[in-house]
Amino acid sequence: MNMSKILMYGWEFPPFITGGLGVACYDLTKALSSLGTEITFVLPTMKGKNPVNSHLHLLDTNDLRVPNYIDKSISYEEFMEKIDLIGINSSLRPYITEDSYQEFINRMYESNTITEEHIQKDFYQFNISGDYGPNLIAEVFRYAFVAGSVAADVEHEVIHAHDWLTFLAGVEAKRISGKPLVCHVHALETDRSGINVNQQIFEIEKRGLEAADQIIAVSYLTKNSIVNYYGISPDKISVVHNAVSKKKSTQRTNSVKKDPDEKIILFLGRITFQKGPDYFLEAAAKVLQKYPKARFVLAGSGDMINRLIERTAELKIGRNVHFTGFLKRPEVEELFASSDVYVMSSVSEPFGISCLEAILFDVPVVISKQSGAAEVLQSALKVDFWDTEELANKILNILNHKALRKELQAQASEELKHIQWEKSAQHVIEVYDKIKKQAAVCK
Amino acid sequence: MPSICFYFQVHQPKRLRKYTIFDINKSHFYETDEANGSIMRKVAYKCYLPTNELMLELIKKYNGAFRISYAVSGVAIEQMKRFSPETLDSFKRLADTGCVEFINETYYHSLAFLYSKEEWKRQVAQHNELMRQEFGQEPTTFRNTELIYHNEVAKAAEELGFKTILAEGADKILGWRSSNFVYQPSNCDNIKLLLKNYQLSDDIAFRFSNKGWASYPLTACKFSNWVHELDGNAETINLFMDYETFGEHQWEDTGIFKFLYALPEYIFKNPSFNFKTPSEVAAEYPVRDRVDVPYYVSWADTERDLTAWKGNYLQDDALEAIFSLEEKVYRTGNDELIQTYRALTTSDHFYYMCTKWFADGDVHKYFNPYESPYEAYINYQNVLKDFTQTVEKELMVQTA
Repeated sequence: MNMSKILMYGWEFPPFITGGLGVACYDLTKALSSLGTEITFVLPTMKGKNPVNSHLHLLDTNDLRVPNYIDKSISYEEFMEKIDLIGINSSLRPYITEDSYQEFINRMYESNTITEEHIQKDFYQFNISGDYGPNLIAEVFRYAFVAGSVAADVEHEVIHAHDWLTFLAGVEAKRISGKPLVCHVHALETDRSGINVNQQIFEIEKRGLEAADQIIAVSYLTKNSIVNYYGISPDKISVVHNAVSKKKSTQRTNSVKKDPDEKIILFLGRITFQKGPDYFLEAAAKVLQKYPKARFVLAGSGDMINRLIERTAELKIGRNVHFTGFLKRPEVEELFASSDVYVMSSVSEPFGISCLEAILFDVPVVISKQSGAAEVLQSALKVDFWDTEELANKILNILNHKALRKELQAQASEELKHIQWEKSAQHVIEVYDKIKKQAAVCK
Repeated sequence: MPSICFYFQVHQPKRLRKYTIFDINKSHFYETDEANGSIMRKVAYKCYLPTNELMLELIKKYNGAFRISYAVSGVAIEQMKRFSPETLDSFKRLADTGCVEFINETYYHSLAFLYSKEEWKRQVAQHNELMRQEFGQEPTTFRNTELIYHNEVAKAAEELGFKTILAEGADKILGWRSSNFVYQPSNCDNIKLLLKNYQLSDDIAFRFSNKGWASYPLTACKFSNWVHELDGNAETINLFMDYETFGEHQWEDTGIFKFLYALPEYIFKNPSFNFKTPSEVAAEYPVRDRVDVPYYVSWADTERDLTAWKGNYLQDDALEAIFSLEEKVYRTGNDELIQTYRALTTSDHFYYMCTKWFADGDVHKYFNPYESPYEAYINYQNVLKDFTQTVEKELMVQTA
C-alpha cells in the first residue's frame, strides 16, 4: 500500500499538554511516521511554544481562523445546533475529577454562549486553553468547530481522532472533506466513572463512534465496552494494543530506601474510582500483617485522596503508607527505580501503559485482570481488582521469593522486546489501508 | 520376528488446592479433592474404562497374542481407589490375563533421582510393593519419570536388579542408529535398554487427529503398512505413549478407539510380526549395541531434556526447597509427614512452573491447572512454607 496522509486530532501532545494520552499519541505518531505515514496533528493549543524535532506537522487551533466563506462552511450557531446534545449545559466531569462542581456549572453556562468578540469580519477565532478546566466542554465544541475546518485546507486521506475530546472535530472534518474517519479509543467514560457516567461525554463518545468508519480500541476489554455500552457493531472495531518506548535512564536505584529489608510497593495513577487505589490500600493492610517493613506509596492526585487518608488512619497503617500527590516525570522515574513491586489495581483499565514502564525499570508487576495490559503481558501477576487478599498474597510472594522476582524480571523484559510501538503502528496502518480500500469501493 | 512393544503411561498428579499465604498455619490440607476427583472420574469415563475394556477384548480375541505394558503411578492408583475404584478393578482384570506387564516407576512420579538417590530408591521400592499388592507382579522393567534417563539412572536401576529400562529414542543419543533394536547402557552389563520409536509413537499420540498432517487420516491399515516396511530392519518397535492418548488427548470422535481395535488385525496380516511386553522383548532379542548417555534426556517437548521441569528460577528454587527438607522430614519419623513430603516431589508441580510455553508450544498450558507458571510457584511455595513449619514444630515437640 502507498503511504497515507493522515489528518490527526489529539488533545494532548508533549511537551504542550502531557498526560498518558499525550505520551501514547506521541509514541504512536513517531512510529507511524517512521513507517512513512505523513501526519498533520491538530492540537487545541501549543501554549505559544514552538515544537522542536517534530516528526509531524503540528497545528495549534488557536492560530487557526475559520473562514466563513468556504464551501460547506456553516456558522458556529449552526454547528452547535447540529450538535444538539442533551443536557448541553449540565456540569462536566473531565479526566481529573474534583469534589466541587458548582463553579463548573456557573462558568459553563457563560462559556457556552458565543459573544461578538469571537466573530471577526470574515472569520471565527477562539482562544482555547486546552486545560481540563471547567470550560472543557465548551472548548471541546470550539475545538471541533475550528479544528474540523482544517479538513478543507490540509491534504489528507484519512481522519484519525483520539478519544472523545476530539471525536467531534473528526466528525466535523469528515463532514467537510468526506474522508473516512478513524476514532481511536484510549479510554471511555464508562471506564472513568463506572456507573456515574457523565451523560454528555457519553453522548459525544457515542456520536463519534457511530460516525466513525473504523474504530481502534486499545484492548479487547475496551472493544467489548464499545460494543456493550455504546451499541457499536464489533465488525468495525480493531484492537491495537499500546506499547512502551525504551527510555535511557532505567537504572535501578535505592536512593529512596535506607534499610535493605524495607520494600517499596508502588501505586501510580490518579487517585480515582477507575484506578482502584482503595483496593491497593486494603491489600496494603493485609501485607503489613505479614511483612511489617513494607512501605506503600500512592503517587498521584484525585478526588478519592481524602477518603483514602481517612481509611489509612482507620487501618492504623499510616506509618507505612505515603501519599505523594502528583509527581513530575523525574520523580516518577526515581520512584520506579527504587520500587520492589508495582501494583495496578484498576477497576477498569483500557490499557495501562504504566505497568510496562515499571517493567522497563525491572520492577515486578501485579496488575488487575480488568486491564488491557493483562491481554498482552504474560510475565505479570494478575488479580481480580476486588480480590485484595489475593493481591496481598502475590505482593508477599514477590517480597519473599527472589526466584519469583528474577523469573518475572527475566521473562518480562524478554516480552517487552515484542511490545513495540512499531508493531502497533503497523496495525494502525492496516486499519488505514482497509478504510481507504472501502472508501475507494464506495466511490 | 519383529515385535510391537506397547507401553502406556498412566498418571494423575494430586493437584494442590488454592493455598494462599493467609492459609499458612491455619490449614494443613493441601490437596484439592474436588478437582482431583472430578478429573479422575472424567478421565476414567473418557479413557481408562473404555480403553481397558477394549484391551481386554483384544487380548481375548487374539488368545494372548496381543500383549501390552503399563506404568501406573502410585498417586494415580491412590486416586483410583478414592474416586474411581472400578478403574483399578479393570486394571486388575488386565493383570489377570497374563498378557500385561506392569512396569516399575517412582510411586510419586517424582524428580527424586535428580536430587536424592536415597529418596528415589524409597519411592521405587514403594511402587514395587504396590505393583505386587495390586497386580500380583514383581516388576523387572523400570522407567524413570517422564522417561528421564542418564547413564546413572540405568546404573542405579541395574543395581536394584532391574533387567530392562525404557528411554526416549532421542536422535542425540542414537545418532545414525535405529531405535528398533535392543541396546545396553554403556556402563552396564545386566540391564537392557529399550528406546521409544518417537516417529511412530507420536503419529498415534500427537498427530492422529491433526487434519493439517499429510498422512491424515491415520488408519490401522496405513499404520501397519509403515510398521511392515520395517520388516528385516527391526526387532522391536517400541510404541511408548501416555495412556490418555485414547479418548482424552484424542477424543473418541477422532476414531482413535476404532484405530486401536483394528490395529492388531492389520499388524498380524504380516505373520512375522507379533506383540511383546518390554521384559519379553529384552529376553527375546540380543543387545545390538551400547549407548552412552552422559546427560539427561526425557520424552518431553521438542528439546527432549529436563527443561519442562527444571532450569528456570521458579523451578530450581522450588525443587531445592522441597528436597532440602528431606533430612528433617525423615527425622520426624512421622509417616503422614513423610507421605506429604513425597507427594510434593511429584514432577507435575514443577512442570506447571515452566515458562517455556511463552514462546513455544501450548501443551504445557493445556495441562496446567494454574493460570500461569507464577501462580503455580506461589501456590507451591505457600504450601511448602506451611509444611516446613509443620515439620519443624513436630521436631520441636519431639525433642521437648
